[in-house]
Amino acid sequence: MPDGSLDRLKREGRIVVVGASLAGLRAAETLRDKGFEGTLTMIGDEPYEPYDRPPLSKQVLLGKATAEHTALPRRREIDAEWRLGVPASGLDMAARRVKLADGDEVPYDRLMIATGVRARPWPNEAEAELDGVFVLRTRDDGAGLARRLDAGPKRVLVIGAGFTGSEIASACRERGLEVTVAERGDAPLVGALGGVIGAVAAEMHRENGVDLRTGVMVTRLEGGATGRVRAAHFSDGTTLECDVVVVSLGAQRNTEWLAGSGLGAGPRGIACDAGCRAFDVRGIVTDDVFVAGDVARSPHPLFGYQFLSLEHWGNAVAQAETAAHNMLSESSDRRPHIWVPAFWSSQFGVNIKSVGVPSMGTEIMITQGSRAERRFTGVYGYQGRVIGAVTFDNCRWLQFYEQQIEATAPFPPPFPTVDRRADGQRPIPADFPDPSVPTHGPTITLSGYSPADRRMTFTPAGH
Amino acid sequence: MRLVVDLNRCQGYAQCAFLAPDVFAMHGDEGLLYDPEAESAQRERVAQAVAACPVQAILVDEMDMAAAGRAAASGEAPHA
Ligand SMILES: Cc1cc2nc3c(=O)[nH]c(=O)nc-3n(C[C@H](O)[C@H](O)[C@H](O)COP(=O)(O)OP(=O)(O)OC[C@H]3O[C@@H](n4cnc5c(N)ncnc54)[C@H](O)[C@@H]3O)c2cc1C
Ligand code: SF4
Repeated sequence: MPDGSLDRLKREGRIVVVGASLAGLRAAETLRDKGFEGTLTMIGDEPYEPYDRPPLSKQVLLGKATAEHTALPRRREIDAEWRLGVPASGLDMAARRVKLADGDEVPYDRLMIATGVRARPWPNEAEAELDGVFVLRTRDDGAGLARRLDAGPKRVLVIGAGFTGSEIASACRERGLEVTVAERGDAPLVGALGGVIGAVAAEMHRENGVDLRTGVMVTRLEGGATGRVRAAHFSDGTTLECDVVVVSLGAQRNTEWLAGSGLGAGPRGIACDAGCRAFDVRGIVTDDVFVAGDVARSPHPLFGYQFLSLEHWGNAVAQAETAAHNMLSESSDRRPHIWVPAFWSSQFGVNIKSVGVPSMGTEIMITQGSRAERRFTGVYGYQGRVIGAVTFDNCRWLQFYEQQIEATAPFPPPFPTVDRRADGQRPIPADFPDPSVPTHGPTITLSGYSPADRRMTFTPAGH
Repeated sequence: MRLVVDLNRCQGYAQCAFLAPDVFAMHGDEGLLYDPEAESAQRERVAQAVAACPVQAILVDEMDMAAAGRAAASGEAPHA
């Protein structure tokens, strides 16, 4: 903007951030780092300052930290006006105003949307309301569930064996609680890592004393006279007595507040360009609305320019930084968000990490270690190239495979790798479920125009 | 004092668990658990852990860090 409007924006502009969590906070810090001196407003529907979610299913459930003590450290002072405990309820793009549920309106010159996702609730509302039925997404959820686990329930039922569900089951076992896990797919983690790795995860559950039931659905939750959950009914006709149920069926994007605004926002998130600028419903990129974090969906050149939607901590941080940078930059100085997806999870004492997009992989090869030892590296191949990798207690290899993904290295890897065992000599099918058969929902979804892409985000009608 | 560990970066080298065992602990062979809000009495030890982490994965609140003084200077926040 040669007319100096960018300087003016930096000096006295108004930037509004909707969603005061990880992505929102890191964006705000980056804006101040880049010399933004104007008014910064942080809008968040939760009454708390930004806190960290990953500990909620790990340290907090293990009793090693409390949910109230997970506030995120600040990289710097951000001197913001905080509007906490009030949701944004609408957006007027023409007038550049965010509407709040309390009737207020906040004007902006640049808007940053980081409203993330929320836990998919149990579809039957009356059953979801039963005392003892939880989801795990927020600090309040974490505090409530931790309290209930402290009270020593007789049996916990976890519905859905994705990363969060598996971590919850693991924490229960570590605390000596009886736990049943019900998963509609054939194994835990299949949606994200495929059946070959899912089989390893299933063994881990069972060896640690989890009553794992796969290929089965929970059809009904039953309450006792006092409104407390007391049993669950399964699609195979069986019934389970349980006094705590954790519904862990994936997430829904927080985009409803944008309905009718003209922004390209829907159940799959908010589409944006690689520079984090949101698309409007006409498919035209906006100049003043940016998005980052779990709610965003952006094209990635390494993955065929398909729109990736990631529910990953590191993505929220990196995308927020890029969005903030671009918000204050001339178009020629803008940067693309081309972060290689990376994720970690910790369950049953095993450190699981992945890079790239394993769920795009059609084949997998165990290049280091062995599955039987629970210490290995699995590399995913797609159309003759390395597309992702996963490690179980083998994280020091990950960086190497990240470079391979970035370099679009051939698959199967042509080099002999150290520590390769008999079961890793050849690539085998990665065994991802048919995308039309829902599991709890993966932490990565792809969408886009590529004809090779058959993967669709499946949004179950009811559960 | 608030802190967060970027576990994508963390390589499980355990230096932090050695230097500040009341705040950081290994969980299994290479997983790390930490207290996201450590006692302020741990400030000096945490500052040492921040400085010693070979991949600079530990981020401590800027205000807490300023209070920790010198030790902080060598261990700036990741991604800064
Ligand atoms: C239990 C749990 C464990 C996890 N473990 C891991 C892990 O091991 N590894 C990993 O990589 N990732 C993990 N994650 C994912 C990680 O926490 C997310 O990727 C990250 O929080 C995304 O940040 P965000 O700021 O985009 O969205 P969020 O953290 O979801 O924040 C969005 C915020 O916006 C608010 N909001 C929504 N709508 C509105 C509105 N209309 N107005 C105002 N505010 C609104 C929400 O209430 C929320 O506070 C975990 C998540 C959970 C829940
Ligand atoms: S010192 Fe750093 S790399 Fe090592 S365990 Fe601690 S945080 Fe992880």
